[in-house]
Formats: sequence, structure tokens, C-alpha cells
Amino acid sequence: MKKKRAAFLLFAVTSILLAGCDNPLLIFDPKGPQAETISSTILFSIAMMAGILLVVYVLYTVVLLKYRASKQDESYEPPHEEGNKWLELIWTAIPVVIVIILSVVTVTSTSSVEQKSTVYADQKPLVIYASSSNWKWHFSYPEEGIETVNYVNFPANRPIEFRLYSYGPITSFWIPQLAGQKYAMSDMVTKINMSANVPGSFMGKNSNFSGEGFAKMEFEAQALTDADYKEWVRDVKATAPALTESEFDSLLKAEHVGRKTYSSNHLSFRPAPEGKNSGHHHGSMDDEGDMDMDMDMDMDMEGQHDGH
Amino acid sequence: MKIDHTVPMEYSTEENKMKILGFWIFLGAEIALFSTLFAVYFTLQSNTKVGPSATDLFHLSPVMIETILLLTSSFTIGLGIHAMRLGLKKPMMTFFGITLLLGAGFLGVEVYEFVTYISEGATIQTSGFLSALFTLLGTHGLHVTFGLLWGGAIVAQVAKRGFTPETSNKAFIFSLYWHFLDVVWIFIFSFVYLKGLMG
Amino acid sequence: MKWDEFFVTGEPMIYAAMVSIVVVSLAIPIALTYFKKWNWLWTNWLTTVDHKKIGVMYILAALLMLFRGGVDALLMRAQTAVPDNGLLDGQHYNEIFTTHGVIMILFMAMPFIIGLMNVVIPLQIGARDVAFPRLNAVSFWLFFAGAMLFNISFVIGGSPDAGWSAYFPLASIEFSPTVGNNYYAIALQIAGIGTLLTGINFLVTILKMRAPGMTLMKMPMFTWSVLITNVIIVFAFPVLTVALALMTLDRQFGTQFFAMQSGGMDMLWANLFWVWGHPEVYIVVLPAFGIYSEIIATFARKNLYGYKSMVVSMVAISLLSFVVWAHHFYTMGHGVMVNSVFSITTMAIAVPTGVKIFNWLFTLRKGKISFTTPMLYSLAFIPIFTIGGVTGVMLAMASADYQYHNTMFLVAHFHYVLIPGTVFAVIAGFHFWFPKVFGFRLNEKLGKLAFWFIIVSFNVTFFPLFILGLNGMTRRMYTYSASTGYGALNMLSMVGAVGLAIGFIILVYNIYWSVRYSPRDTNGDPWDGRSLEWSTHSPVPEYNFAVIPQVNRLDAYWFAKKEGKPLADTVYEPIHMPNNSGLPVIMGALFFFWGFFMVFSWWIPAILSFAVIIALMAYRSFEKDHGHYISVEEIERTENAYRGEQHEN
Repeated sequence: MKKKRAAFLLFAVTSILLAGCDNPLLIFDPKGPQAETISSTILFSIAMMAGILLVVYVLYTVVLLKYRASKQDESYEPPHEEGNKWLELIWTAIPVVIVIILSVVTVTSTSSVEQKSTVYADQKPLVIYASSSNWKWHFSYPEEGIETVNYVNFPANRPIEFRLYSYGPITSFWIPQLAGQKYAMSDMVTKINMSANVPGSFMGKNSNFSGEGFAKMEFEAQALTDADYKEWVRDVKATAPALTESEFDSLLKAEHVGRKTYSSNHLSFRPAPEGKNSGHHHGSMDDEGDMDMDMDMDMDMEGQHDGH
Repeated sequence: MKIDHTVPMEYSTEENKMKILGFWIFLGAEIALFSTLFAVYFTLQSNTKVGPSATDLFHLSPVMIETILLLTSSFTIGLGIHAMRLGLKKPMMTFFGITLLLGAGFLGVEVYEFVTYISEGATIQTSGFLSALFTLLGTHGLHVTFGLLWGGAIVAQVAKRGFTPETSNKAFIFSLYWHFLDVVWIFIFSFVYLKGLMG
Repeated sequence: MKWDEFFVTGEPMIYAAMVSIVVVSLAIPIALTYFKKWNWLWTNWLTTVDHKKIGVMYILAALLMLFRGGVDALLMRAQTAVPDNGLLDGQHYNEIFTTHGVIMILFMAMPFIIGLMNVVIPLQIGARDVAFPRLNAVSFWLFFAGAMLFNISFVIGGSPDAGWSAYFPLASIEFSPTVGNNYYAIALQIAGIGTLLTGINFLVTILKMRAPGMTLMKMPMFTWSVLITNVIIVFAFPVLTVALALMTLDRQFGTQFFAMQSGGMDMLWANLFWVWGHPEVYIVVLPAFGIYSEIIATFARKNLYGYKSMVVSMVAISLLSFVVWAHHFYTMGHGVMVNSVFSITTMAIAVPTGVKIFNWLFTLRKGKISFTTPMLYSLAFIPIFTIGGVTGVMLAMASADYQYHNTMFLVAHFHYVLIPGTVFAVIAGFHFWFPKVFGFRLNEKLGKLAFWFIIVSFNVTFFPLFILGLNGMTRRMYTYSASTGYGALNMLSMVGAVGLAIGFIILVYNIYWSVRYSPRDTNGDPWDGRSLEWSTHSPVPEYNFAVIPQVNRLDAYWFAKKEGKPLADTVYEPIHMPNNSGLPVIMGALFFFWGFFMVFSWWIPAILSFAVIIALMAYRSFEKDHGHYISVEEIERTENAYRGEQHEN
């Protein structure tokens, strides 16, 4: 019975790997260099862990089959064993080696996904500010001077730098097929690098519980060809309305909204909490001017950390 | 109850020894508690926002008075325990009484200080820095307040029952508590006030 | 607070809960009056300071909470079994996963573990009670007050809804304006103080009250695990105390610790919470390791392999548990350096844990393994917990965690750690020590039936969540659309959850069945045990041991049986025992009311009840209570009665 169950579990573990091949799970279907690095890191760790499981399960099965009371002599008395220095050293040393290997993999892969991919090293990244409020996402393009809500378009094959912050609870910005997630918080800006190797539409979401409407806080991330992207920006600038301060305030207050597109962005009148506007600076004098802002939603301005 | 006469009375029974060990462990937990409050304070100390900063707020003289009062009280309670070990009931009660009075004096100055802060517009709600400051000082102050009640109860019991393994055990444990509050205060004095005054 | 918001309204399920609470709270006093049991309840249970009875009360409360938390779990699985389900709305779902987490960790796992500690530790070290019996009762009643306070939030005022980790700013008054998170802060505060007192009590008990000859390295492994656990409790719980106090201050007194308008820091909460929260995991897991060590050695009929390295590895785990907390938020954007350090410390925990797994396997090797119910749970623990362990190593890798964080993969991982690592252990311990407390074993057939239901269903419930997580399903989503393709595996998980529920129902039915029909044990040692608790009678007499045993080695009782030399002679002396006291239960009730008034910011009654608490402490300080002695004649009478019973059967 035990053997069967062990076999079943092993089968289940390998089936994840197999599932990665014919009906790819999202994490194992990366479309950008950062997600690719993580995917291969995970597969590597699964392989290592499967090895450990195998050792434990084989030992376990053998021991349980061989030393059950029903298989033994009535008179058998188990020996008194205090332990064995060498054996215990071995099963301390081998895990230490495994941990060292995994540590190296972790450090290199973590530093690699935190940076602009080397594939696109020669290109300047496109900066997009992504901020969350209630249960929606605002995307502001400082270079193009446009803004979208609940969808984001960007060129494929170019490094993108998302700068994240939140109007309210902590959210976590996640486009699984392009990169791992990162928190968006109200008193500082966090950064996440990614790029799409191919044009396409990807699911993006907030993965950090942020209240009642959290389950529906998804957006579409669309990687376009360079030409398509340029055309889209031109189109937005020509046809979309400008984003006024009062429009933005009512957007912030709304719980959910559909997709929106604007030909200007909120960074001009409500800058992101970075640099001078960040919570991470000392002194208080220069913030007094901000006090008369909308008290509900100006958390990004007022937070103050001792960060540096 | 077996009483061992070769050790000081507060250690003389098995139960007394366990109580003293238990209280030491409790003080370990108290160290964890105050360390956390200090960590919170250090994290938030420069988040003064629109409120005053440490340099604006702190004045040396009341803090010096508080420090002297509390340090002296730690000395007098030590004398009290010494008297107890010599079996001198009246001196012990006198020293404990002085200790509690000094503690009350400390508390009085602290209350005065809080009132001054609040009158200067620095309340617990003003900024992250002030929330952390008031909470750290307030937690220490509440410990002192509780100590006054507790110490009073012990003096009353010694007065009524004299030195027994129980009362001497209580008095000794109370002295540990009181010394501990003094130690915490030294940290507050150095790392909150002196550091704050230096800016 | 408006009065129409006082009671939670608008949900048929809540009305049903209210009705059942009213019915139960009427039925209990009526039944007690009808059967004339008030006096019995008061003298035997409510005022008891006997560690065994306190342990039983802890375990009963834990079982009750297991079912409350289990119903929450079933509702969550039912809601997510099919896409776009409308069984629960978002708000209700959020409350349920919050209370599920809090209850299972703090009001189920913790009290179950502490209950077993209470029952077993004094017996295992050859003591007559814990160091401070009355403080022990206070601990229990504080825990119970906290648990009840937390549970009434469901019908009065509303449950907390910001997750069991209650991250700010979501848990601030601005984003969670109901009293739900006040309940969270106050109820956990009260229960947490109880736990801290337990920690101190058991440290002194183990350090000071061991039988003569039992040096530290001759202690049973469960005692070792409890010793280390209580060290963690003493240093971790004050951090929770502070965090919860700051939460109360922020929510109810307008301070600026975590809210960011005036210089607070949201991540400060996350740091404080996990500085307590990660050691908390080991507080519930380490005693489980101890339980497994006892059971595996007993039923392999072999001493524990690598005793010293078992102790060293637990000490290592306890130290490491304090330096890994930031792995709960790799994604908050601290640099590669910080993430790498915490990755490595986290993965390092795998080393001592691995040592333990191999030591257990080598204890089994060359053994003579019998498959009793407690042994089955212990054996099932090894392969299942190993999955939890290796996925933990995977999660520890910061880069990979960017993809697992907040997903069902994480949910699957910690259920694979906590259920085999704690729940199976307490069930195994429950079956193992049940005969010690009650004098008869639970039925093996029913026990094994429940075991197979629970083991199989556990994997059916939680394995699919690994796959869902890798497919991008995040946790805490009350619904999802059909196009995500998450439906099938969620349905499978629901089926497993129903199987788990059936397993637990069989387990409880087994208690009922065994109370009625199970044959009574004739001696105190039904499993042929190794440690001191098996050397006294079952059910254990009030004074535990008529004569305190003399110990000269590990597993002294086992060797005494083999060599036919008793551990203690039969020259009785009067035994000093503590008196019962009504103060602890009254204290618990006062804390309950104080907490309730605090939750609703009713300051005057809150201050009044706190003043009464202080007055009660003063009363206790002046009280003269020196306990009582059990005379030699009475000991002889009791001992003879036990022996007589043995001859009759």
C-alpha cells in the first residue's frame, strides 16, 4: 500500500514536468527572458527535489517492507542503536552541498531577473508607470504622455521597465508569462524589468489580496510589433480625451472600471512617490504644500520612510 | 514544604527557586518586548512629517531628573533586599518605601513631560515618530505604574506577615523587576533622549 | 457603531449560525441544571489546576475549533469548486479565509499542541504537575477567552476580512472600517498572553522538575521538542504582543505606525508580523517532531536513532526560525543582496530537517514495526511532509518565489507542511496518549478507516493546488472565470475536502464508540511504551506518581521493564498538591468582557473590567493558599484500588 502511494506521488511529481510539455502551465510557458530564467530555475529545482524525494521514498519503502513486525520472527528483538557518526555526517553534508548549489542558482537567477535582460542590453528601456487603486490598474507612459486603465500595450523585443506604486493597500503586479511579480506600495516606487520575445496578449493581474474586488483585478498586457505600437500611440494621441485631475480623482474612487484610454497622464499633477515625492526622504518642510490635496487618496505623497 | 536554611530565604524552597527562574524567563520575554518597541522607534524616528523632531522636542533637564530618580531607586531597592537578608524588617520597609516614592517621582516628571509635549502640539497621533516615542515611553511608564501597585502590595504583606519564604521571595522578585525597568530606562535615556538631543 | 450594525445581518448562513449559537448556549445550562451537573463542572473542570484536565480542556477546545475552521475550509472549497460560483460573495469569502487561517493556526494547532504538552510533559519527566499549576489554568482560560471572543465576531459586528496576516494598509481603519480587525487584534492579544505564560511555565517545569537522574540528554524527545518550542514562544510572542498593540493603537487611537498619511510604514507591520509568524510555524511543528519521535521509537520497538543529532537539529531549526522572516515578502522590492541572504538562511533549514527525516528512517530500520493508528499517521507524515519540505526549498529561492508568491502553489506548500507536520502529529499523539488519560484505547478499526480517508483525501485536496499555482491561480480569489481552465482541479480539490470532512467525522465517531464499547486497559502501558508516562496507572491518579521514579538513562522505563527492576520503591510519603481555584476562570471571563468592550471602543466598561482584573490580581497576591497534602493512607487506598482493578480484569 505504502509502495503504491509512494509511486503515485512520484508519478504526480513527474506529471507536473510532463504537463509542462504538452499542455503548458503558465509558469512553464514563458514569453520573455526574465520569465524564461525563472522557469528554468524552477525546473532545475524540481529535478533536484525529485532526486531527494526519490532517495527518501526508496529508503522509506525498503524499510517499511523489510522491517514490518508481520514479516519477522516472534522472538526478534530490535538492536539498540545510538546512531552512527559517519552516516549522520553524510546526511548532513549532502544537503549542505545541495543547499550551496541551490544558493548559487538563486543568487545568479535573482540578480539576472532583477535587471534588464542581456538580450536587449543595447536598447533603452521603455518606462511605464503602473499604479493600482481599489481594484484596477493605471498605466502612465511618461515618454508618450498617454495613460491607459486596465490594459497596457508595449512593443515586443524591447526592454520594459514598470515602475509600481499603489493608491491604498499593497498590490502585487504580475504578468506570469513575462516576469515574476513585485509589490506596489503607496509610499515608494518599486521597479520590475521585463520584455516580450514575441508579440501577443498576456494575462496580468494583482496577486496580492487587496480587499473585496481583488478577484477581478486583472488586466491585459499586449506586446505589439514596433510599428503597431507606434501607430497605437499616434492613434491614442489623436483620438483619446485628455486626463483631467477631476477625471483622475473620480477614477481613483471608482471600484471597478472597464478599459480607458487618455491622451495625457496623471504624472504631471500627481507624480509617483519617487525621488523628491517619495516617502524615503528626511525633513518635512517641502511636503507642506501637498497637504491640501484630496485627503483620501494622497497616501502616496504623505508616506515617509527612513529608507536611505 | 521543605525549607533550606543554607541559602537566602527567598531561595529557600523549591517553589521559590522555580518562581525566581520563571521570573528571569519572564524578563527574557520583556527584553524581547522592549527590543521590538525600540526597533519600531528606530524605524520611525525620522518620520516626523509635520510634527516636531526629537531635537525640537527633548529637553535635557527633566530627563536628567527622571534618570537620577530611577537610578537612585534601583540603589535603594538593593539596600532594601540587603536589609531583608539581614532580617531587618523596618529598614527593609523603609528602603522599599523610598524606592516607591522615587518611582512615583519619576512617574510624575514623566507625566509632566508628556503634558509639555502635548501642549507643544506633539501628540501620539501627530507622526510616526511621535507614535513610536509615546508608545515606547508609555509602555515603560505603565510598567513603573504597575510596579508601584505591586511594590505597595509587597510592603503591606511584609508589614503584616514579616519575612517568610513567601514574602521574601515576592520582595526579591519585585526587586528584579525594578532593576529591569532601570536597565530599560538607561537604554531609553541613551538611545532615545541623548541620541535625539544630539540630532 | 450604529446599533443596526451590531449584529451581522443579511446572510442565511449567519442567521443559521446565530440560531445555533443561541440554541447551544441555552442547551448547555439547561442540560447542566437538569442533570444536576453544575457542581461537578465547577469542582472538576472549571476550577481545576490539574495539568491533565487542563490538557483535556485544551484538546476539546481545539477539536471544536478544528470543526469551525473545517467548515470555513469546506465553504471556501465549495465556493471555488466551479467557476463564477455565487455561493458566497467576495466579502463573505474574505472573512472566511481570514478566520480559517487564524483559527486553524492559533485556536486549533496551538491549543492542540499545548494540550498534549499539558497532558504528557509532567508525566514524561516524572513530575506531579507543572511548575505553576494555577498560572497554567490562567493560560488556558485566557486562550479560551480569546478563542470565544474571536468566534463571536461572526455574528456580532463582523469577522476580520484582511487575511490572517492582516497586512496594512488593508487592515487599517480606512480600508477595513468594521470592527472585524479589532476582534483580530484583541482576541489574539488575550490568547497570546496565555501562550506566553504557558511558555514560561513549561520552561521552568522542564528545567526544574525532572525526576532525579534525568539529565537533559536523558529526556524523552518530546520533552526536548517542547523545551525548545517554549524558548521560541518566550522570544517570539512578545513581538506579536507589540504588533497587535500597535494595530489596536492605529485602528482605535489614531496613531501613525502603519498608516502612511503621517509617516507610518506599511511594511513595518509585515516585518513585525513575520518576525513572530515564522517562529510560530516552528512552535507548532517542533512538538510534532517530538511526538513522531516517541511514536516511531515505540512502534519500531527500537530506541531513537541519532538522539544527539535530533536535539542539535531542533536547536538549529529554532535559531534559524528567527532569521528567515523576510522570505514572506521577497517581492517587496528589497535588493538582490537581502533576498539572497534570506534565501540561503531559509534553505539552510532544510539541512537539520533532513537530518531528522533520515534519523527517523534509520530508527525504523532493523525495527519491528507494528502498524497501529498512531504509527500510521507517523509513517504517513514522512513522505508527505517531505513534499512540503522540498517545495519549501523551492519557495525559498527568491527568483522562483516571484512566480510562486501569493499563488495556490504556496497554499499547497504550507498545507503540505502544516497538516502532516502538525495535524497528523496531534491526531497521532491523541490516539497514542488517549489511553493514558482515559484508561482505554480508541478503536483501531475505526481509527484506521479515518486514517485512510484523511490521508488519501488530503492529497486529493492539496496536490491539485500545486498545479493550479503553477498555472497562475492566485490565492484568496473568491471566484474565477471558466476561461482560466482552473475549474477541473478545483473541483477535484473540493472532492478531497469532502473526504477529509468524512475522515474527521469518523475520527470523532470513534471517540464516541470507544467511550461506550472499547475494552478497558488493565495496566498503564497499552503500547509497551518507553518513557515514564507509561510507568504509572491509567487513568493517571491525581498525583501522577505515588513515588517519584529514579531515572538513570534514556528510555529508563523500557529498560526497567526488560530487567524487571521497578523505577521506584513503594514507600509512600504524603504528597503536596495545589488547591483548585476559581480565580483563573473568572479571570478568563473578565478578559473576555474587557476584550469585547475594547473591540467596540466602549472605554468605560473596558476600564472598569480592567480595574477588576487588577483587583483580582491584588486579591491573589494577598491570598494565603499553601495547597493540601494527600495522606499516605489515601495514596495506599488509591494504589490498591488500581491494583485491585487489574486483578479483577
